[in-house]
Amino acid sequence: MRAGAGRASYVLRRLLQAVPVIVAIIVLNFLLLHLAPGDAAQVLAGEAGSASPEYMAQLRHRFGLDRPVAVQLLLYVKNMLTLDLGFSFRHNMPVVELIAGRLGPTLLLMLTTLVLSVTAGIGLGLLAAARAGNWRDTLISILALVSYATPLFWVGLMLIVVFSLKLDWLPTSGMETVAAFHEGWARVLDIARHLVLPALTLSLFYMALYVRLMRAAMLEQAGMDYVTTARAKGLGESRIMLSHVLRNAVLPVVTMAGVQVGSLLGGSVVVESVFAWPGLGLLAFQSLFARDFNLLLGIFFMSACLVVAVNLAVDVVYTLLDPRIHA
Amino acid sequence: MKRFWHRFARSRPGLLGVAILAVVVAVAVAAPVIFPGSPFRRVDRPFAPPFGRHLFGTDVLGRDVAAGIAHGARTSLTIGVLATSAAVLVGTLMGGLAGYYGGRVDDLLMRTTEFFQTIPTFLFAILLVAILAPSVWSIVFAIAVVNWPTVARLVRGEFLAMRGREFVQAGVCLGMTDGRVIFRHILPNCVSPIIVTGSLIVATAILIESALSFLGLGDPNVMSWGFMIGSGRTFLRSAWWLCTIPGVAILLTVLAINLVGEGLNDALNPRLRR
Repeated sequence: MRAGAGRASYVLRRLLQAVPVIVAIIVLNFLLLHLAPGDAAQVLAGEAGSASPEYMAQLRHRFGLDRPVAVQLLLYVKNMLTLDLGFSFRHNMPVVELIAGRLGPTLLLMLTTLVLSVTAGIGLGLLAAARAGNWRDTLISILALVSYATPLFWVGLMLIVVFSLKLDWLPTSGMETVAAFHEGWARVLDIARHLVLPALTLSLFYMALYVRLMRAAMLEQAGMDYVTTARAKGLGESRIMLSHVLRNAVLPVVTMAGVQVGSLLGGSVVVESVFAWPGLGLLAFQSLFARDFNLLLGIFFMSACLVVAVNLAVDVVYTLLDPRIHA
Repeated sequence: MKRFWHRFARSRPGLLGVAILAVVVAVAVAAPVIFPGSPFRRVDRPFAPPFGRHLFGTDVLGRDVAAGIAHGARTSLTIGVLATSAAVLVGTLMGGLAGYYGGRVDDLLMRTTEFFQTIPTFLFAILLVAILAPSVWSIVFAIAVVNWPTVARLVRGEFLAMRGREFVQAGVCLGMTDGRVIFRHILPNCVSPIIVTGSLIVATAILIESALSFLGLGDPNVMSWGFMIGSGRTFLRSAWWLCTIPGVAILLTVLAINLVGEGLNDALNPRLRR
């Protein structure tokens, strides 16, 4: 019971810590808005020329663009906090709705990638550390080194060449076969087939990172006193590895995975635009082409909020994995 | 210096990295001589296959792919080195001040670096380049902005550890100015980790630059590998070499720099060796 209450207050405190981060992101967005070429109202309206003069006047009034900068900033913060992110003329939709509609596919891609890269990273790292220095270790290390140096978009294109164009096993783009009108499990299967290549592409880089981290953590933990104790108790090597060392070695990988969420979102911009995966990243890519800076700023803001939320979730998972953390 | 080379030469992956990197640098330096004129120039019919009249064939507009690779090497290395220098300079300065003086400056820096760890930095870089208009300078600026906190955190940690050491306190007791203690006594002791981190940032910078230009945010006046892949992706089925060759170029360059970085790490931190 007490542990539960402690966890609740910990979560609450972490929530409060997130507030200044979100305000800072809004201020940064405000600065970028004013850095953009043209008057801020033009940027807010998206593509120049497509907004009516009445709407521009309304925008100027709502964001107080005729008032002092401090007032503008306050109004901007207020609008952002109430999730009033403006309107995108290119998509003819409020920015918030546009982003909300794209959140699902991005979350699906991110979660799959997270699970795939962490499990593969831990598994391969374990395998490499089990007999450090033999051919298996060398092979895994080389694989990790190469994956770490390969640009994501290129991996994606090469996978398309092999698995879609040459072997014709998997679809090249999109999230589902639109014309097929699949329902129920057939639809799930269809989406899963579309998910394989993007998730694999995005996972490869992070897997490489986690393999190296896991291998180093395993080797470090193997020299600890508690391992000697376990050995003295007469436990078998595999038992020591799997139930003692593994549990401690996983912690840095989980921490790293939490820190990487922001970078994962950045990577999804590239991967989603390669595979036309209809998420936030593709939306960012499209708004780049449409010169819709306001939409881009909105995506930046919402994805930063998403990172804050996911980090919070990772912290909670962390307290479950490591009861020593009561902070 | 000689001892350093001796130690570095013991790491075979490091030597391999140096060898690959030397080739890339040589190609980049010699690009205007081997392939004079603009790499955007039309030289032959479009889609000439590789290993014929042109080493790597031609693209959709009849541009020589090999010329693009050579000129792209210049772009990648230049942007990588410039962005890293800026990030290292700013990061060292901020990290050093925070580590040496502590207090408010330190708090501010730590909050800032935590902030940068939270925001999706690649999206931030995209925003900066898009808003400032794509050019070599805006790309360098964006990459430096998202990378300096890494250096700052590292240098802060080093300075914090050094500040309590006897040789620093002796310097302070002798009445040296802060500047002299920082630049003559502490900084030289932090050079090795800065060099290692810097070399890894060059690799990251090249990857970021290629991704930016792949998305169409490259400097329109200079050839770059990411741009070549981006413009070749429509012809993935018919002209495999347009995407494959620049990708291999990026992979080899980044791999080489990472290998050199690891070699440097082993050579500069002999205590870490088994």
